[in-house]
Amino acid sequence: MNRRMAALGAAALLALAGCTGSSASSRDEATGSSAAGTSGSEQITGTLTVFAAASLTDVFTELGDQFMDDHPGLEVRFNFAGSSALATQITQGAPADVFASADEVQMAKAGDAGLAVDPAVFAENPLMLVVPADNPLGIQLPGGGGVPSLTEILDHDATMAVCAPQVPCGAAAAKVLDAAGLSAYPDTYEEDVRAVLTKVELGEVDAGLVYVSDVHAAGDKVVAFGFSESFQAINRYPISVLTAAPNPAAAQAFVDLVLSDDGQQTLRDAGFLEP
Amino acid sequence: MTRARGGTGIPAPLLVPAAAGIAFLVLPVVGLLVRTPWSDLGPKLTAPGVGDALRLSLLSATLATLLSLLMGVPLAWVLARSRIRGRSILRALVTVPLVLPPVVGGVALFLVLGRQGLIGRWLFEQFDVTIPFTTTAVVIAETFVAMPFLVISVEGALRAADARFEDVAATLGAGRWTTFRRVTLPLVSPGIAAGAVLCWARALGEFGATITFAGNFPGTTQTMPLAVYLALQEDTEAAIVLSMVLLAVSLATLLLLRDRWLGRATVPVA
Repeated sequence: MNRRMAALGAAALLALAGCTGSSASSRDEATGSSAAGTSGSEQITGTLTVFAAASLTDVFTELGDQFMDDHPGLEVRFNFAGSSALATQITQGAPADVFASADEVQMAKAGDAGLAVDPAVFAENPLMLVVPADNPLGIQLPGGGGVPSLTEILDHDATMAVCAPQVPCGAAAAKVLDAAGLSAYPDTYEEDVRAVLTKVELGEVDAGLVYVSDVHAAGDKVVAFGFSESFQAINRYPISVLTAAPNPAAAQAFVDLVLSDDGQQTLRDAGFLEP
Repeated sequence: MTRARGGTGIPAPLLVPAAAGIAFLVLPVVGLLVRTPWSDLGPKLTAPGVGDALRLSLLSATLATLLSLLMGVPLAWVLARSRIRGRSILRALVTVPLVLPPVVGGVALFLVLGRQGLIGRWLFEQFDVTIPFTTTAVVIAETFVAMPFLVISVEGALRAADARFEDVAATLGAGRWTTFRRVTLPLVSPGIAAGAVLCWARALGEFGATITFAGNFPGTTQTMPLAVYLALQEDTEAAIVLSMVLLAVSLATLLLLRDRWLGRATVPVA
């Protein structure tokens, strides 16, 4: 992992997004201290409601705890669900301050409704092939080095779960399967990425397509393989303060934290790639 | 069992809450009707997969109801009439699927019938049979969730039925099986019909256990509720149209059956 590259990327993003006030302290110094995050020009209190993609559950919970440590008197509440469902809830008037989506299509829904302006991409998350921990198919990486293609890894029939095409991870899965000529391969189209992961962990399917970040979250319950087609569809995660945010100051501060070096490092540690 | 009374004569203390009750149940449907995009109903209805999902829903809900009748009526008799020990525990166990979140029910079915499950592993290793992700799995998931509705209705009907008819049959020399077949069953048939309708309706709307245990694949496991949920992810109007189709078909079926089966008597539903 290249710490400096990550920091550079985050710095570039900050410049792009026109964000201010994030400290440059590294994670190592900042953990548990109140030095990180925004320099408190405004008092940040009350309740902050963040709608975030299901795949961000672990990492945003961690960032939320840090944010509450940094701002005593602030309560952070998360609504983790499929990005499409969140976008629907937001356009139906759900009282959210921040929306973090697993792809730009769902963010555009909020944008089209005039509810999100200038979202900033804060992470990327390619797909990986995961199999149960005992690897019942005996999948091995083909020799010769380099990144194998999906067809090389899946050279015989197997039961496979992917996300439904209506949700971001499924839209990406459809693209990579199409690129690999395996569009007819899946046996079930799950409602979200965690449902795919559950079925692989239970050993009820032989293989599944999930995000790199989910592979990190699953630990040793699954074995993961990278494949060349995954570069065809890397989901980009945008975040935005919502125009109807009940607590815009806290919302902006939280977005700043996610885009800061510190927040970016937390995302790297959870397996997300820098945008 | 009393006949439904026609006409008015509803006391005011009943009328007001009853009206509130019907409004509470019907207004969400009105909301759906208002938002239904009537102009492009055609294209959305003929979208690929809608017919498959509807057919699969009706088929699997009906099979689940038949399976429930086969197992549920005898079970209800045991709960209502037998003197076995631990009957109250048995009754509590029957209601477990009612209180269990359906998604948890789906996981539980995996742990028993899945490829790594207690029975499923044996089926897979001995006979190369896998249940999850098949239409069979849809029927099993729906039966698991819906059968308690039938059992509770039929048990209620059995308890309300006059046991003296059965006693008389016995004194006239009928065996217990004959009594059950010729006396008890006809006596509680309205209760069985009501239970079957409840069971069918619940199976038709089943979502959580189905998507967990049977997965979601168009044509084999994607029932209407699953199609509605996924349509909702990208196109609210398509989801509303699908919901209206499911609603129309289920209401039509229930009204038809009600005329045919339940025309004679109103049925207390436990």
